[in-house]
Amino acid sequence: MRTPPRRERGNPEADAGDPERLYVITGGPGGTERAPLDLVTMIVARDEPSPTVQPEQAAILRLCRAPLSVAELSAYLSLPFSAMTVLLTELLATGLVESRAPVVRAALPDRSLLEAVMHGLQRL
Amino acid sequence: MDFRGSDPTDSGTISAGSSFDTIDTGSSGAVSAGSSSDAIGKGPCGTVLGPRSEDILPTTATSAVKIVIVGGFGVGKTTMVGSVSEIRPLTTEETMTRAGVGVDDNSGVESKTATTVAMDFGRISITDRLVLYLFGTPGQERFWFLWNGLFEGALGAVVLVDTRRLEVSFDVIGRLEERGVPFVVAVNTFPDAPHHPAEELRKALDLPDEVPVVDCDARLRASCRDVLLTLTRYLYALSVPPG
Ligand SMILES: Nc1nc2c(ncn2[C@@H]2O[C@H](COP(=O)(O)OP(=O)(O)OP(=O)(O)O)[C@@H](O)[C@H]2O)c(=O)[nH]1
Ligand SMILES: [Mg+2]
Repeated sequence: MRTPPRRERGNPEADAGDPERLYVITGGPGGTERAPLDLVTMIVARDEPSPTVQPEQAAILRLCRAPLSVAELSAYLSLPFSAMTVLLTELLATGLVESRAPVVRAALPDRSLLEAVMHGLQRL
Repeated sequence: MDFRGSDPTDSGTISAGSSFDTIDTGSSGAVSAGSSSDAIGKGPCGTVLGPRSEDILPTTATSAVKIVIVGGFGVGKTTMVGSVSEIRPLTTEETMTRAGVGVDDNSGVESKTATTVAMDFGRISITDRLVLYLFGTPGQERFWFLWNGLFEGALGAVVLVDTRRLEVSFDVIGRLEERGVPFVVAVNTFPDAPHHPAEELRKALDLPDEVPVVDCDARLRASCRDVLLTLTRYLYALSVPPG
């Protein structure tokens, strides 16, 4: 049988692209400080939408009556992740929603977390 | 923190949401990135469908973790996300511009092109407090930066490979190593794909002995679940302090 091709370690593809040259279109006001939101930061509404909030923000508040990740909000509202973080930054600042940061991998993974994930997957 | 589930006395601070299926985005629409996913059909008059009622998370579900599924073009990432997700897979999109000086423009004049990159993801509820998200990342790793924090904080990664085209997954493995993201390799078994002995594959991918290499069929839920379990067990083994 033909032997498979071999990977060379530490030799990333030459045409990997210059990250300096790619820009995200945020659609947000220039220079605005944005809340540090992860794709899986969980968002929960704390209030009903008031008549004054923007339609997209009212939609977020209705969707977040139960917890939803920023990624899910982005998908359901068909808005790019970066645009979603702009809208959520405002809602967080006015206290209309609250956020829960994800549980992240630390240098040493949390064993009780991993046990929970294992048990959850075994039930699938 | 205790992830084993809530005790009934813990009512949480979040008021329970009523069940709903559609939300009105108002007449302005404000939908900038059309989604290719039919999981989010749009109703008439600018209404956007939300989660199906059976997909609404309990109010206690406020802790989330993520695992990323990586691999070159067409290796089965989307298929794997769809096989294990409890919700119909969703798509999040990001739009970027690229300054095109001297790249695809011989005149040397600055031109900008907008590109939309999609990433699909799914969800598995682990307990009533903890939710696992799975992201099927874009095949080209130069787009990964678009989602800030996609890899930072991820528990780990599954590298899907297709033995007919092993080389399309070389770069993503290198990138994971650079970022220090622990990963397992899952060999997606396409019917006409050559079967290499595990040791030959490990050599070809230049993997350290401890990195698990398993076979899978991305179309089967049980097979994908086993891959995720292999990753979780591997992470667990890594968490044992040496000595
Ligand atoms: N026989 C077989 N076919 C598969 C398997 N996994 C995926 N496929 C098929 O392979 C094709 C590509 O799968 P996708 O899941 O779209 O691959 P992907 O990695 O998301 O592709 P890109 O997003 O385009 O990079 C589809 O036609 C799948 O139906 C598998 O385990 N076995
Ligand atoms: Mg795909």
